[in-house]
Amino acid sequence: MMAFQIMNGLTFAALLFVVASGFTLIFGLLRIVNLAHGALYLFGGYVGYSVGNLTGSFILAGLGAMIFVALAGLVLDQGLLRFVRGFELRQVMLTLGVAFVLNDLALVIWGGDTFTVATPQWLQGAVQIGGLFYPKFRLFVLAVGIFVFIALWVLLNKTRLGALIRAGVDDAEMVEACGIDIRRVFLITFMLGSALAGLGGLLGGTFLALYPSADAEILVFSLAVVIIGGRGSLVGAAIGSLLIGLLNTFGQVWFPQLAYFVIFGPMAVLLAFRPLGLFGKAA
Amino acid sequence: MLEVTDLHSYYGDAHVLQGVSLKVAPGEIVALLGRNGMGKTTTIRSIMNLRDPVVRSGDITFHGQRLNDLRPHDIAKRKIALVPQGRRLFPSLTVVEHLTMLKSASARDGWTVERVLATFPRLAERRQHRGNQLSGGERQMLAVGRALMIDPELVLMDEPSEGLAPVMVQHLEGVIASLRKEGLGILLVEQNLYSALALADRIYLIETGRIVHHGTAAELQADPASLQKYLGVH
Repeated sequence: MMAFQIMNGLTFAALLFVVASGFTLIFGLLRIVNLAHGALYLFGGYVGYSVGNLTGSFILAGLGAMIFVALAGLVLDQGLLRFVRGFELRQVMLTLGVAFVLNDLALVIWGGDTFTVATPQWLQGAVQIGGLFYPKFRLFVLAVGIFVFIALWVLLNKTRLGALIRAGVDDAEMVEACGIDIRRVFLITFMLGSALAGLGGLLGGTFLALYPSADAEILVFSLAVVIIGGRGSLVGAAIGSLLIGLLNTFGQVWFPQLAYFVIFGPMAVLLAFRPLGLFGKAA
Repeated sequence: MLEVTDLHSYYGDAHVLQGVSLKVAPGEIVALLGRNGMGKTTTIRSIMNLRDPVVRSGDITFHGQRLNDLRPHDIAKRKIALVPQGRRLFPSLTVVEHLTMLKSASARDGWTVERVLATFPRLAERRQHRGNQLSGGERQMLAVGRALMIDPELVLMDEPSEGLAPVMVQHLEGVIASLRKEGLGILLVEQNLYSALALADRIYLIETGRIVHHGTAAELQADPASLQKYLGVH
């Protein structure tokens, strides 16, 4: 039973990481607390659900969710956020407004019923690990989380674009003074972060469910992950996801009435001692 | 090459540059000399179009083309490089990454990673160190090396010798002089008269946002009244 709960915690952490890594990338580089990130997650789930129903392919559903949400990110960044660059409060309020609009839009298009994205045949059933039977799909989510971590790590640490993103987190103006169009780096990062929200939506829509307000729940968890891990830190997002994923799972099992407190209590204590999170750096 | 004409720049309502004009030719080191708060860094930031300040009037041209309304990265692409005050390295990047982020490590033309590391051998020993793990002198070398990676024709240097040990200042002056020999133009912002005199072909004195004196280094040295008045040097 214990092992089963640990696995549940780990797989939930993997889902959180996929969503929160996109959130922290955007927060770290663009300094935008994108409160529409949860809505992008939800949209990704719905789009994935529809594409999956239309094509019968889970892979296409995933691609569709990522591409659609990346394009939504493009529109959000170029169509709205560019006009309030440098004004943090306006950016936050703007993304909050966008979140409301997207939510209502989803309600109009998909209605208020709860959906679950169909698990593809090849991921149905369970596998036996030791004495434990565990759903294949949840293991798949864990694998995706690990894959996303590795891919982002390589991108950030081994490529020129990654060096530009890290340099931009440190000092965006200086990157620009070196002849780099930092706005393009911002845009690519924003689209990448959005695509990860879309991917998270599909995964979450499969092993959790899609319903109005599912976005707010994932957003609160993502915020907690980034606050614990530190703005813009990939490793921080991974560790934050693990902490939140495990605390949430065990909190629900052991203290069901206090599940939120089990997450936010330790978070408050952590912030008292490390206000910038575990891996956060001062701006 | 660079021509700044009657530049007026503001921080909010504060009228910081009140008609700065200056020129830099290829192969020339020009010093902009003045005390703290007189508008030296503001001049540099205005040329790169970094906000703030905001340039409200005046012209900045480079090879005859107007730079005023270009974004900073476009200005840098025209081969104007910045070595900013305080170095402003990237703490998350290694020495080598500071260079390769601007030009692929396999590029062969112009300034390459190898050439920068050969120019500053101390950096070669620190190639995997991060920006915030370097000594003051190494930081300045890297800031200069980073600027060179865009193959500049003009380098804007904001107090490069600030806070450096004398031996490091000498090394840096040697490098700057060798860049002049290659035909680069250098606009050197300084509050240290002796650093400016050691390097500069021409010197502008700036006082409360205005150019108050202009001439060769020799002319300035022969003018103790100006030195006394604007720099407090006896």
